[in-house]
Amino acid sequence: MTVAKRVEANDPETPWLGRIGRLAAPFIGLFLVLGIFVAIEPEAFASARNAQTIAVQTVVVGIGAIGMCFVIVSGGIDLSIGSVIALASVTGALTLDAGHSPSSALAVSAGTGVACGLLNGGLVTSLRIPPFIVTLGMLGIARGLAKLLSSNQRIAPPPESVGWLEGFVDKTPEPSWLLVAPAVWSLLVIAVVAGLVLRRTPFGVHVVAIGSNEQTARLCGVAVRRTKIVVYVLCGLGAGIAGAVTLGRLGVGDPTTAVGLELQIIAAVVIGGASLSGGEGGILGTMIGAFMLSALSAGCTLAGIDNSVQEIIIGGIIVAAVTIDGVRHRRNRA
Amino acid sequence: MSETTSPGGVPLLAMREVRKRFGGVHALRGVSLEIERGEVHALVGENGAGKSTLMKILSGIESPDAGEMDFLGRPWRPTGPVDARRGGIAMIHQELALAPHLSVAENIALGVEPRRVPFLGSVSPLDLRSMRKRSEDVLRRLGHGDLDPGRRTGDLPAAVRQIVEIGRALASEASVVVMDEPTSSLGRRDADRLLELVGRLRDEGLAIVYISHFLEEIRRVADRYTVIRDGVTVSTGRMADQSDEGLVERMIGRSLDAVFPPGGRSPGEIRLRARAIAGRSLPVDASIEAHRGEILGIAGLVGAGRTEFLRCLAGLDPTDRGALEIHGRKIRHSASVRSRMRAGLGFLSEDRKGEGLALAMSVGENLLLPRLRPIARGGLLSSRRMDEAASVWLDRLAIRTGGSTAAAGTSSGGNQQKIAIARLLHQDADVLLLDEPTRGIDIGSKVQVYGLLDRLARDGRTIVMTSGHLPELLGICDRIAVMHRGVLGPARPAGAWTESSLMSEAVLGGADADGEEAA
Repeated sequence: MTVAKRVEANDPETPWLGRIGRLAAPFIGLFLVLGIFVAIEPEAFASARNAQTIAVQTVVVGIGAIGMCFVIVSGGIDLSIGSVIALASVTGALTLDAGHSPSSALAVSAGTGVACGLLNGGLVTSLRIPPFIVTLGMLGIARGLAKLLSSNQRIAPPPESVGWLEGFVDKTPEPSWLLVAPAVWSLLVIAVVAGLVLRRTPFGVHVVAIGSNEQTARLCGVAVRRTKIVVYVLCGLGAGIAGAVTLGRLGVGDPTTAVGLELQIIAAVVIGGASLSGGEGGILGTMIGAFMLSALSAGCTLAGIDNSVQEIIIGGIIVAAVTIDGVRHRRNRA
Repeated sequence: MSETTSPGGVPLLAMREVRKRFGGVHALRGVSLEIERGEVHALVGENGAGKSTLMKILSGIESPDAGEMDFLGRPWRPTGPVDARRGGIAMIHQELALAPHLSVAENIALGVEPRRVPFLGSVSPLDLRSMRKRSEDVLRRLGHGDLDPGRRTGDLPAAVRQIVEIGRALASEASVVVMDEPTSSLGRRDADRLLELVGRLRDEGLAIVYISHFLEEIRRVADRYTVIRDGVTVSTGRMADQSDEGLVERMIGRSLDAVFPPGGRSPGEIRLRARAIAGRSLPVDASIEAHRGEILGIAGLVGAGRTEFLRCLAGLDPTDRGALEIHGRKIRHSASVRSRMRAGLGFLSEDRKGEGLALAMSVGENLLLPRLRPIARGGLLSSRRMDEAASVWLDRLAIRTGGSTAAAGTSSGGNQQKIAIARLLHQDADVLLLDEPTRGIDIGSKVQVYGLLDRLARDGRTIVMTSGHLPELLGICDRIAVMHRGVLGPARPAGAWTESSLMSEAVLGGADADGEEAA
């Protein structure tokens, strides 16, 4: 009995406080970003139209970041996600161009992502190469493949063939009572499902366990290899869907799109409280991170801040987020 | 030897003439072990004797080359640790095998989570209620019914994490629990509680294989013992029939003249003077004067601030108040680790694996790291010169490794510790701050380290060491001081202390703290 009491005394932080602490930083960051831009550009920024824009912009980073969240929590990383998004947008566009339906294009894009994820996961687990290296390789392979398939050109399927994929990401949705694009609602549904899977299923617990202590997970009979492969496949699936969304937004399959997007996606996950050494991170935080980044870029555009400056700001925020995370960790350990 | 026959006829678990070879190395050359239901069976032997290989075979991580194993009257051939756990043999590892980011309940259920919709497989929603209940049940059995299963495991102290790990073994309905050095990461009180718990589990009918270097622990908790040396079972019997000396002699295979070197050192002038040192949180107030040629011991409970004190002196933790002099020269609070090293301080970390050595780097690199310049020629290091410089120390300290170019991690714990001490000598330190210099090394190596410390002191070096093992401090030190809640008491000659007087000052503090806390 005394032991348990002493435990409380040693560690006043209760679990729910810890959880809130983890989410406090991203929330504060988000409100800071929103506050600053509302102050600078009150009319343009705090408008329904701008909110719709930000919401749609969040979709690509957000869907990618959900998959990435699983990978990072498992202690891995997927650097190839930007290239895979580009590749998936090209394969989707080629599908449309060949006269198939938007749904088949989505399926092909998703399948492209899954295939890349399978390859990533397979190589990471079977060759025992660090995920950083494997996915760095895949970054080049997928980008090259996208250029090869498209002969280094944008694939522009006939505009009418894009069909519902275009409406899916339309900022001003039809019907208007949807308020934001259907893609945004889909993102929310996917996020809720992903959050439940990560926290409330054996699979999710296994992902955390692998990132937290892989030896332990193996010892306890967790199918470490299979779980890791599934994690990369999920990330690939996210990239594939994000590719189809990109195709819907641009109307073309662009092999040069989403360059450097992997960094924004990873940033969203990390800003959301994930640890790059694994074991920590969540979908809600990730969504806040993704939303914050797109609010930031939309705000910068409205305020007439140059793209290059935006990149510097985002870089600074990533470093700040990781610093805050590090400080929190040190305090927890002390 | 008093070979006991099993009272109930067939033992619960029997291993007979088990052999295992790794390449050309015979790790096990014929080990036999019999475990009864409801007993604590101590498995003892030096590091490298084959204990861990034997346990790996038992828990299915390795398979034997020859020999028989029977468990519950049937041949035992686990295919892996999971299979072994399901079959009824669970292992509690020395390095705690928990996922720090998961909750207590999740760790206890890890790998066998209850599913609400089994049909969905691993994406079925978790049955949180039964997961929680299962954890509460085993925690209550372990006397920790108050522990909230929802807590994050990484936030718990080591002693409670250990309980969680034992809980995992109980939850899997194990009938044999193997504990490998379970108290190595615990303080004395927590270790005491754990030993009580081990006794309770035995009374419930569990069989416990208890691996430990600490003879006092084994003496307290074990009913029978088996000694392994060089991959062979050399002795087995009832604890009551065997003396500690007898056990040690069987472990090291020779008679035990003296564990501790004879005394009779003659300390010289004061070399290190620390007055009222205070760190950020610990220590609160610590003063010592250490002489040339002296071994000064610092006793105290875990968390009393012994480690923090040495780290303050070494410049690894910030000093807030106090004065430090080495060789009569004042050392500023802000002085870097490097400048303190130049003044003659050398620090040995208690955490050999995490901090003390870079295990992946070579023995030579580890040894020479603080002072590479004299070995370099024209700014370049040559492997030949490094090998020469390192070999001098390896010879002088009789360090057995795969040579100076082998990775430090491939040496035994005792030899790793000697490498870490050799590094301080290479660095030319004459005040050695040694934090738990014999932690986690086997008895044979301990004897060698004691001899080494004695030699160093006789050569005129000053040694300040901490240890959680009181007989060790009493045996090796000239003077001992006790740390209690960050306050260091006066140093008295070792002869003026007894184990119980050290312990009572460690628990109660100085004489003025009478009755503050019942021991």
